[in-house]
Amino acid sequence: MSNLQESGPLLSVRDVAKFYGARVGCRDVSFDLWPGEVMGIVGESGSGKTTLLNCLAGQLTPDHGEVLFDTRTDGLKDTVRMSEPERRMLRRTDWAFVHQHAHEGLRMNVSAGGNVGERLMAVGARNYGQIREEALDWLGRVEISGERIDDRPSAFSGGMRQRLQIARNLVTGPRLVFMDEPTGGLDVSVQARLLDLLRGLVREMGLSAIIVTHDLAVVRLLADRLMVMKGGEVVEAGLTDQVLDDPQHGYTQLLVSSVLQV
Amino acid sequence: MDGQDQAYNFAYLDEQTKRMIRRAILKGLAVPGYQVPFASREMPMPYGWGTGGVQVSAAVMVPEDRFKVIDQGADDTTNAVSIRKFFEKTAGVAVTERTGEATVIQTRHRIPEEELGEGQVLVYQVPIPEPLRFLEPSEVETRKMHALEEYGLMHVKLYEDIARHGAISTAYAYPVKVEGRYVMDPSPIPKFDNPKMEMAAVQLFGAGREQRIYALPPYTKVVSLDFEDHPFDPSKADHPCDLCGAEDSYLDEVIVDDAGGRMFVCSDTDYCGTRQANGHRGALAAEDAA
Amino acid sequence: MYVAVKGGERAIDNAHAWLAEERRGDREVSELSVAQIREQLALAVNRVMAEGSMYDPDLAALAIKQSRGDLIEAIFLIRAYRTTLPRFGYSEPVDTGAMACDRRISATFKDAPGGQVLGPTFDYTHRLLDFALAAEGLEPPEAVMAEPLPPEVPHVTEFLDREGLIQVEEVPEDDTPRDLTREPLELPAGRPLRLQALTRGDEGFVLGMAYSTQRGYGRNHPFVGELRIGTVPVEVDLPELGFAVEVGEVVLTECETVNQFVGSKTEPAQFTRGYGLVFGQTERKAISMALVDRALRWEELGEDNVGAPAQDEEFVLYHSDNIQATGFLEHIKLPHYVDFQSELELIRKLRREAGTSSSAVTGVLAREAAE
Repeated sequence: MSNLQESGPLLSVRDVAKFYGARVGCRDVSFDLWPGEVMGIVGESGSGKTTLLNCLAGQLTPDHGEVLFDTRTDGLKDTVRMSEPERRMLRRTDWAFVHQHAHEGLRMNVSAGGNVGERLMAVGARNYGQIREEALDWLGRVEISGERIDDRPSAFSGGMRQRLQIARNLVTGPRLVFMDEPTGGLDVSVQARLLDLLRGLVREMGLSAIIVTHDLAVVRLLADRLMVMKGGEVVEAGLTDQVLDDPQHGYTQLLVSSVLQV
Repeated sequence: MDGQDQAYNFAYLDEQTKRMIRRAILKGLAVPGYQVPFASREMPMPYGWGTGGVQVSAAVMVPEDRFKVIDQGADDTTNAVSIRKFFEKTAGVAVTERTGEATVIQTRHRIPEEELGEGQVLVYQVPIPEPLRFLEPSEVETRKMHALEEYGLMHVKLYEDIARHGAISTAYAYPVKVEGRYVMDPSPIPKFDNPKMEMAAVQLFGAGREQRIYALPPYTKVVSLDFEDHPFDPSKADHPCDLCGAEDSYLDEVIVDDAGGRMFVCSDTDYCGTRQANGHRGALAAEDAA
Repeated sequence: MYVAVKGGERAIDNAHAWLAEERRGDREVSELSVAQIREQLALAVNRVMAEGSMYDPDLAALAIKQSRGDLIEAIFLIRAYRTTLPRFGYSEPVDTGAMACDRRISATFKDAPGGQVLGPTFDYTHRLLDFALAAEGLEPPEAVMAEPLPPEVPHVTEFLDREGLIQVEEVPEDDTPRDLTREPLELPAGRPLRLQALTRGDEGFVLGMAYSTQRGYGRNHPFVGELRIGTVPVEVDLPELGFAVEVGEVVLTECETVNQFVGSKTEPAQFTRGYGLVFGQTERKAISMALVDRALRWEELGEDNVGAPAQDEEFVLYHSDNIQATGFLEHIKLPHYVDFQSELELIRKLRREAGTSSSAVTGVLAREAAE
């Protein structure tokens, strides 16, 4: 899995823009994400961060720009212009997407084991015992008791659902994980536990990830680098500690100071 | 019988329509397991009662054909009788109950026990052609899943069965994979019949209401979906036929008295009758004999 | 023991004979003529023509007689007959502006050129059983003859159109829309195909869908801009002649609704439309059709999909046809014992393997309804 020829970026975003009629979703966004790196995107709601994430993950088609991904077979390839089958293939193999609301990323009427096993089966796993073992292993890694393997997520708490969603996404060892407000909508104590878990997984698996959040604590803990968005544009970017400790842009200063007051 | 009703074209459908259906059949044969949309016509029998099968039979039928219709394996079930009469009337073709003699066999829910040969055509009536339908209700989405070979969900269903019941709990309409490509619904035949689908005859599937035709050319590879450690099991009642003694045939369970007494008899009436004519006897046959 | 489903040939013949006898009823009562049905049960005839997709009052009346008044069965007979008819060509679009109206009302304007014409409507009758009708032979009083309407009665929506207040209907180029009865339905269907499906769709289904939008499942604030019922000529273009000739006339009900407006900072606000056009005097159906048409246009008009059933094209189109629906529904009367046997074997096996607790296996039989 490790990139032997430490050649180039895993994801290269060039000049991406998305408009909703006359309104700007996001524009002029360019950056590179390197293997093993976690990029945080922060901003208030309406800042364009979720639009950007959806453009990067192939859920929305940008009106302008390129999103180049380092594919296993052809190297850097524009995911915006690749065919639907290719994109779907990426989505179920090399990419993972963790939704803010776990129910959007889970099959609520399928057991926890089935949820974790789906990606394995989608890429050809056909041994029930092995799929189940793998599912048990992953439930353990996200701190869900193995006894719950045959329960449906509808019987789970919000925090458990979110952890299950993460297990379901990571089970096939994706090369790039997109996360949309992974701690949003959870109680503070539950958030802390989830963040802890995510940090462990990121370290352990050397995950490459793009995390969208309005919560600076999340990026402080997880992200190597940071982009601050406002009105659809990136107003500041840099190493996480640098940006948070010494914000240059007025808007970033406001964000940082407001979080400090809390 | 040469009593074809002159008020209608041969086999009821007009030639334009037959050509349209034949094109769909040929496409289906060229891409085994792929569901070809076709402009299903309104037939004089209700949707869900075999209009797809009837249209396919009508499109492949020639005056020299010998036609057999079974429903639940039997030639004398009411709907089989009704469809057989329809073609006697509108096509004037010869009919038979003998599997071996038939050139075109239309079936609902069974594959005959007697092995079919080259030159025979087996036409299935299909209610819901989409094997993914009860996992994903949208046709737009399921067509995409087939196009992109996204079949993970199908195995999720089988996984859930095993997790809950300890075994795959699909007993009929058991999904198959055709030539390593398309996942296909074999129509609601019991899973006992699935292994027979690798056969010498041409198999055509018609779904009238859902406007789909699909096909299996002779000797096509058809694999029932399963897990390595929970292999497909085409089991049937562990019992010989009480009339002909056959141990290898699919059996109907018939309740024979108020006390709940029951007997098991072949669902394939021609198979059972032929065996009895050849002197085979089951446990309860003697009483009926005289 | 098999008699219920096997050995059926004689049983079928006998059943048919009995059915014919029941259809005739008591022979002391005089037989109903097709002409009586056509003239006196005209609204039933209209519904059969509309949902049977064939305009022929005599055949529709015959179908009603043959089906003992079961209208879906009558529609089925008409559809099955229709499918055997050769297709000579397609008519020119009918001009409903040139309709000879029997009824024409607008709910959006107090009056409009051409006037409000109630026509033969139940609307303001008191729904009291009229026992006088039970005594046969009484002739109804003669209705007053009205002034004939002008030959061209303008559409009410045209007045809104002139001011740019209502969304302009895009007339597709000369692209002939697909024919629902000759090609398989493929999605997304587009509006011409949706309208074809709705106009032959089951009245009860379309009514239910329309009603659901009024109750909030995809609400679109409809007003009946105009409802008109009357006769229009049908013309067919004959290539040999180089012009269109009139081949007959049909009675149609047309409903145009004026609905909630759309607009944004850049585009001025405009009312939107729904459209219904149905054979015969069938106004409940035409109004319902217009509401459902409007609900299905959410995407084109930039509205949100709120997940309402009436907004779901696939759901509406796949479930509106009563001939498909009734066939599939009723086919579960056919024997399914082979499949049931297979489930029986499986359930016994699962029970053997799981001890005997029955609760674990109920799900198996609760699976999809029999196919």
